[in-house]
Amino acid sequence: MNFNNTVLSLIIFLPMMGALIIACISNSRAKLIKYVAALFTLIPLILGVIVFIKFDRSAAMAGVMQFDANLSWIPLIKAYYHVGLDGISMPLFLLMDLLGFLVVLISWKIDLRPREYFAWLLLLEASILGVFASLDILLFFIFWEIEVIPMFFLISIWGAGRKEYSALKYVLYTLFGSAMMLAGILCLYFTTGSLSMVDIMHNGIGSYVSVVPTALMFFLLIGGFAVKLPVFPFHTWLPDAHTDAPTAVSVVLAGALLKMGGYGMIRICVSFFPAVARQYAPLFIALAVVNIIYGAAVTLKQTDIKRLIAYSSVSHMGFVLLGIFALTQVSMVGATMQMVSHGLITGLLFATAGLVMHNTHERDIAKLGGLARQIPMITVIFTIAGLGAMGVPGTSGFIAEFMTFLGSFQSNVLFHGSTLFAHVFTVIAILGILMGAGYILWLLQRVFYGPPQDKFNGVHDADKLERVYSAIFIILIFTIGLDPSILTNIIKTGISPIIHLIGG
Amino acid sequence: MNLQLIAPEISLLVTAVVVILLDLFVQRKSLLAVVSLAGLAVAFGFTCYLWGGDAQTTFANMLISDKFALFFKLLFPVMAGLVVLASTDYVSKFKEFQGEYYALVLLSTIGMMLIAAAADLITIFVALELISISFYALVGFLKDAKSSEASLKYLLLGAIASAILLYGMAFVFGFTGKTQLGDISQAIQHLGLTGASAAPGLMLGLVLLIVGFGFKIAAFPFQMWVPDVYEGAPTPITAFLSVASKAAGFAVILRIFYSAFLFPSWLSQDWGMIFAVLAAIGMTVGNIVAIPQTNIKRMLAYSSIAQAGYLILGIATMGLAPAMIHSGQSSVLFFLAGYAVTNLGAFIAVIALSNKVGSDRISDYDGMGKRAPMISLALTLCLISLTGIPPTAGFMAKFYIFSSAVQHDLLWLVFIAVLNSVISAYYYLRVVKVMWFNEPKFEGKVDSSFALRLALGLSCAGVIILGVLPNYGIKLAEMAAKMFGF
Repeated sequence: MNFNNTVLSLIIFLPMMGALIIACISNSRAKLIKYVAALFTLIPLILGVIVFIKFDRSAAMAGVMQFDANLSWIPLIKAYYHVGLDGISMPLFLLMDLLGFLVVLISWKIDLRPREYFAWLLLLEASILGVFASLDILLFFIFWEIEVIPMFFLISIWGAGRKEYSALKYVLYTLFGSAMMLAGILCLYFTTGSLSMVDIMHNGIGSYVSVVPTALMFFLLIGGFAVKLPVFPFHTWLPDAHTDAPTAVSVVLAGALLKMGGYGMIRICVSFFPAVARQYAPLFIALAVVNIIYGAAVTLKQTDIKRLIAYSSVSHMGFVLLGIFALTQVSMVGATMQMVSHGLITGLLFATAGLVMHNTHERDIAKLGGLARQIPMITVIFTIAGLGAMGVPGTSGFIAEFMTFLGSFQSNVLFHGSTLFAHVFTVIAILGILMGAGYILWLLQRVFYGPPQDKFNGVHDADKLERVYSAIFIILIFTIGLDPSILTNIIKTGISPIIHLIGG
Repeated sequence: MNLQLIAPEISLLVTAVVVILLDLFVQRKSLLAVVSLAGLAVAFGFTCYLWGGDAQTTFANMLISDKFALFFKLLFPVMAGLVVLASTDYVSKFKEFQGEYYALVLLSTIGMMLIAAAADLITIFVALELISISFYALVGFLKDAKSSEASLKYLLLGAIASAILLYGMAFVFGFTGKTQLGDISQAIQHLGLTGASAAPGLMLGLVLLIVGFGFKIAAFPFQMWVPDVYEGAPTPITAFLSVASKAAGFAVILRIFYSAFLFPSWLSQDWGMIFAVLAAIGMTVGNIVAIPQTNIKRMLAYSSIAQAGYLILGIATMGLAPAMIHSGQSSVLFFLAGYAVTNLGAFIAVIALSNKVGSDRISDYDGMGKRAPMISLALTLCLISLTGIPPTAGFMAKFYIFSSAVQHDLLWLVFIAVLNSVISAYYYLRVVKVMWFNEPKFEGKVDSSFALRLALGLSCAGVIILGVLPNYGIKLAEMAAKMFGF
């Protein structure tokens, strides 16, 4: 029992404990509930930052799980409580840790049934943290599934519009994906006789006698991740869920939940099945480009401010998919960077869009306009986030997308024996950036610029708390944008063993 | 004759008689529940004591006391105990005959314990009738139109099923000349049959047995009695029927098909395939028909048909891969335990809510989250467990049963099963939605008695414990599966 092998469990279970404590506080003491929620997310965040600082970035530690704890859990099926972090999961884990604290601040104005709200929110945080830290597939799956329940409640009670429809749609899509994933996990388990991610990756799937074709296993597993990321054509739950979810939940959804899909693809699909991944990479690169271009095109015609940002996420997740299946070190590091960067930028976009909606009571872009005079602070914050989403140099968005394209252009994924395929598709994908600039700038213009409207006189600008959390987002976006090495150094240690397996 | 081995049954029998006699003298009827619980506890204690011993037979090989039987003898008193606890409020609905009510519950429990220990076709049939006849009476206890109709329906269809079962047993006996399960197995192997076409009589007997037992476990297509009976019966009895009666059916199926019909291997392949098809159709039909239901008891009835489908999947696994039979069996046992606490919890919550609301319509559960937060939370947990979402018993049970099926190359069946889990999420979560998201139609809290809350708390604790720390439960199930008497 020392710091190194208990800290992750502490980080995961503190929010869960906070949820239990909150469940025991009366609804009438809303202030107390919020302070408890903030405390039980702030401590994990501080611990997370310590872990991040202490994380060994040297090349010798590549592929080694750090801060890991391995306890026997269900010996009969060889399931372990095994948590640990490597270069891929560390940034995402910290991202969720951070968002967990920030969304409590973002939710500070929630007055409807605060006890249940914050209890579910903290449970959601704990489950996502668990997903990123789990090194046992069963444990991974359990955390993966737990997350569905809080989301269902959060969207359908505190959401807006067709909230119940969206919540159920979200649950059914997710369960459909995880049903396939469960079948894949079972096949994997009986092929390898192990549930340990480390062992399976280490030994390689080729060293086992498979009960079913490895390609089938690969597709079953990626089914679950593709719904979550989401990959076209499984993306239709996302706009609905985002549009109707409360602001804080949109932030978590865009910021960390979608990344579970990308993370799963790298951690499980590509690492366990490098040969299959290489064989089918062209398919996923093509899907990625569809995601990027189709997502961006649909974004352009949205009239609802949150729906617009939701569709832009579809487009941005296409970059992640492209980076992963280009199967080069640079592109995969880029994809992971993109996950973190998108988490921050889109998190901020949703938070600010929530402010606009909350303060003006209007979400239809056509009815908004000229807000720059009335709410200058929100305008500035939203514009900065928008610039990040466009990938303007200096922001984290730029470096992530740049690395993704750099890597995917050099990709040696073969299609009919030539690498031309990857080049062409990378060039098409870059068009997505142009379209991104289009929809962001057009959104800014329609919402914030133009002649001010009288009906928005007296609309509140961001208050102190809102400025504080926005500032945290902005500082991080620029820090990563200006000095990406603080993340790339870490991510590289996680990616390089996988690249070694793929032989790229 | 070793009476020690049936001490649990004897203690229950004594309790049942005491309860009936006591009913004549005491005014406070809650005492009857206490006595019944005490009797069940004694039976449970005797079983624990027997657990340490080796497998033994008694009554000229008609009963056997092995770990498999003892596993069920531990399970049934727990189920009956929860049902008795949940009944203490409910029995006020039938002012008279409370003694008979508890006694019948105890008698059917004896039947279930005997059937798990039965090693002979004759004891199996007698025990089955003991269960069934107790239930025929219990289902009609409300004495209103629906309850009486349910009872009559159950009696008529049950009698037909018993007749079919007996007919099947007659075929098996005619073919092998034996009634003892171990002897039947040997007789079949001695015949040196090479395929189903060489033994049409035996196959017919087998199919009739499957039909007869299929009725008891509510497997498709022998499930038509389920919705009406579940809806009409007193809710605690519905719970008991859906959990204990079903578990008893599975206990006897596991026993018969393992002990008598496992070899030659073409035989187990044949019945394995029959069960596989029944499983696939059963869960699909159950889940799809559950969607449009508006009465919660009917919805749970269809859901229990679907759950039976998952269990049959485990039996199919057993038949199709006899080499690794124990994992198939233990997965069924573990699923039964997980399903028992989950479904009992769900029904107890329904009892608690319906008692006060006076209706079983799902739409009358509007806003229950505000009127009865703890009960709604418990019902939500049980419904999540029935869907199979972690960290609940339902997930672990499904994981375990599916994993043994994948191990035996039944991937297609697992595929249908996992897709069915997704379908089922729709109607389970709809109830959750009604309870938490709709505005309550009436003001006022819904309170419940201590006994109900205790029963509900115990079930929910079971759901969580089996879901988070399933190790002990799985170990028990594996031991039970490996320690078959023969």
